[in-house]
Amino acid sequence: MQFWLTQLLNGLSFAALLFLLASGLTLIFGLMRIVNIAHGSYYLLGAYVALTVVQATESFLAAALAGSLTVAAVGVVMQRAFLSRFYRAEQAQVLLTMGFSFIFADLALWIWGGDPHRLPTPRALAGSVDLGLTFFPTYRLAVIGVGVLVALFLWLLQERTRLGAVVRAAVDDQEMARGLGIHVDPVLTGMFAVGAALAGFGGVMGGPFLGVYPGVDSEVLPLAFAVVIIGGLGSLKGALVGSVLVGVLDNLGKALFPELSYFTLFVPMAIVLAIRPTGLFGRA
Amino acid sequence: MGLRWLGWAVVAAVALALPQVLPLYFTHLVLLTMIYGLSAMSLDLLAGYTGLTSFGHAAYFGAAAYTVGILTTQHRVPPALAFPAGVAAAAALAAVYGLLATRAVGVYFLIITLALGMGTWGLAYRWSSVTGGDNGLPGIPPLELGLPWSTSDPKHLYYLILVIFCLAAFLLYRLVRSPFGLSLRGIRESEGRMRMLGYNTWLHRYVAFVVAGTFAGLAGSLYAFYNRFVSPPDLHIAASAEAVLMVILGGAGTLFGPLVGAGIVVFLRNLVSAYTHRWMLILGVVFVLTVMYAPQGVAGGARALWARWRGRAVTPPVAGPGKEPVAER
Repeated sequence: MQFWLTQLLNGLSFAALLFLLASGLTLIFGLMRIVNIAHGSYYLLGAYVALTVVQATESFLAAALAGSLTVAAVGVVMQRAFLSRFYRAEQAQVLLTMGFSFIFADLALWIWGGDPHRLPTPRALAGSVDLGLTFFPTYRLAVIGVGVLVALFLWLLQERTRLGAVVRAAVDDQEMARGLGIHVDPVLTGMFAVGAALAGFGGVMGGPFLGVYPGVDSEVLPLAFAVVIIGGLGSLKGALVGSVLVGVLDNLGKALFPELSYFTLFVPMAIVLAIRPTGLFGRA
Repeated sequence: MGLRWLGWAVVAAVALALPQVLPLYFTHLVLLTMIYGLSAMSLDLLAGYTGLTSFGHAAYFGAAAYTVGILTTQHRVPPALAFPAGVAAAAALAAVYGLLATRAVGVYFLIITLALGMGTWGLAYRWSSVTGGDNGLPGIPPLELGLPWSTSDPKHLYYLILVIFCLAAFLLYRLVRSPFGLSLRGIRESEGRMRMLGYNTWLHRYVAFVVAGTFAGLAGSLYAFYNRFVSPPDLHIAASAEAVLMVILGGAGTLFGPLVGAGIVVFLRNLVSAYTHRWMLILGVVFVLTVMYAPQGVAGGARALWARWRGRAVTPPVAGPGKEPVAER
């Protein structure tokens, strides 16, 4: 029982991280049909920038802000200067973001070197909590909480605000939204920035327990893709359900079949694809 | 017709004379070009001819290479058996993955092949007891097929790989010119119309997928025996993306274009590596520049430049065949 509870909580904390990544990926896809390979690089950059800032200021909050905002700025430049010129040319966009992911990975290796690093756990969240059956690290519980808050925030943003209504309109029929006089372009850039910032923030949040090292970008990216494929491209609800599914299954896989852990994820993905090629909540 | 035969005769003469005239290092680069070129040509069957760009093509190349590696180093299977086993493993993997991927088209196909490719990389990377994990599989024996001449001599190996490459290229050539190849092009242009004409378009796409995977497997088997070492980077998404880059650089939908693209990438990588360790950075820049300025490959890019120089109207760039034109916004 204790084993399963620990695994479940581990899985959920990982799911929260995956949600930070996958929600941005799916938002960007839903709005702009961009399959962003550089999304893993955003995670990597966020974590590295936070590392530098936390070493200079010793403040986790400042590091989290710096990591997210830097990545948001990088995302805005990528979207405005490059991706917006290739609207709906998916193959060109994939190659473009792939090129950027190589550039970012190599630049990060150049700047921060090849050694693995770990962000320090914020002091207030150090130690562990007694859950009755087991002790669990406070920080990881906090990550679950952050994931829930972000999901709630995104849901409120999309369903309860005017901006959210514009976003939904642009997802459904961008041309019609333009025709109605809605300025879609700033919304696209803004949502790209939000998606990038979430991924960068994911890197910061994952830093204290997963660490940051060259190659972490291409380790988290497949998981984020598995999430959006299972959940359905473009669906926020799908990203949430997919994250929980992938996070928990990945942790069970790691505990039960450590060597096949990566691959065990692709079995549920294959099953979902075989039944619903557009994912659980996706639309054709 | 006579001119064409003359052209082929020149190509054949150059290919045969190469290892005798050029230093060993260039022979090595030409061999790598043939191996990666075969993989890129097989991808072009999907990306160029059928209009389905797979971003996980390195998975089949890698599956064959790893099969060869595992069989020869851990089970002492002779190369003559391990070689076809590698190709068969790639075909089997493509047959399974194809069932999942070909249910989708367009961007969904792209993202599913991407994810399957990444999952396969994960398997090679984490399943250490079988694949050697991060360390890969060293010590693959040379390609001794029981032929009268030894292939431990690099020149002999060159001719052996040249023969296998030419056979494979000939098969691909016949395939794209067969009625089957023509229907693939029909599907690329308008799948709905082909379906209306009574073609089983899914089956065509699926068969193309498996055939492309099988030829990539042939390249992978050759690679394992030539390189004598396989490791996870061989089936990383970066390798899959490089294959797509080769296809686009050379010109999608032309059979030998991807071979030229492979040559560009192989020679560029070796040139760059002589001066700097920042190959990934350069490769990334090449990706961005290709998409921005040469979406129709080097030939298309040169033609556009030429037209601009001559002051003619430049035809708008197209993001690969069968795709919508790139719209400026």
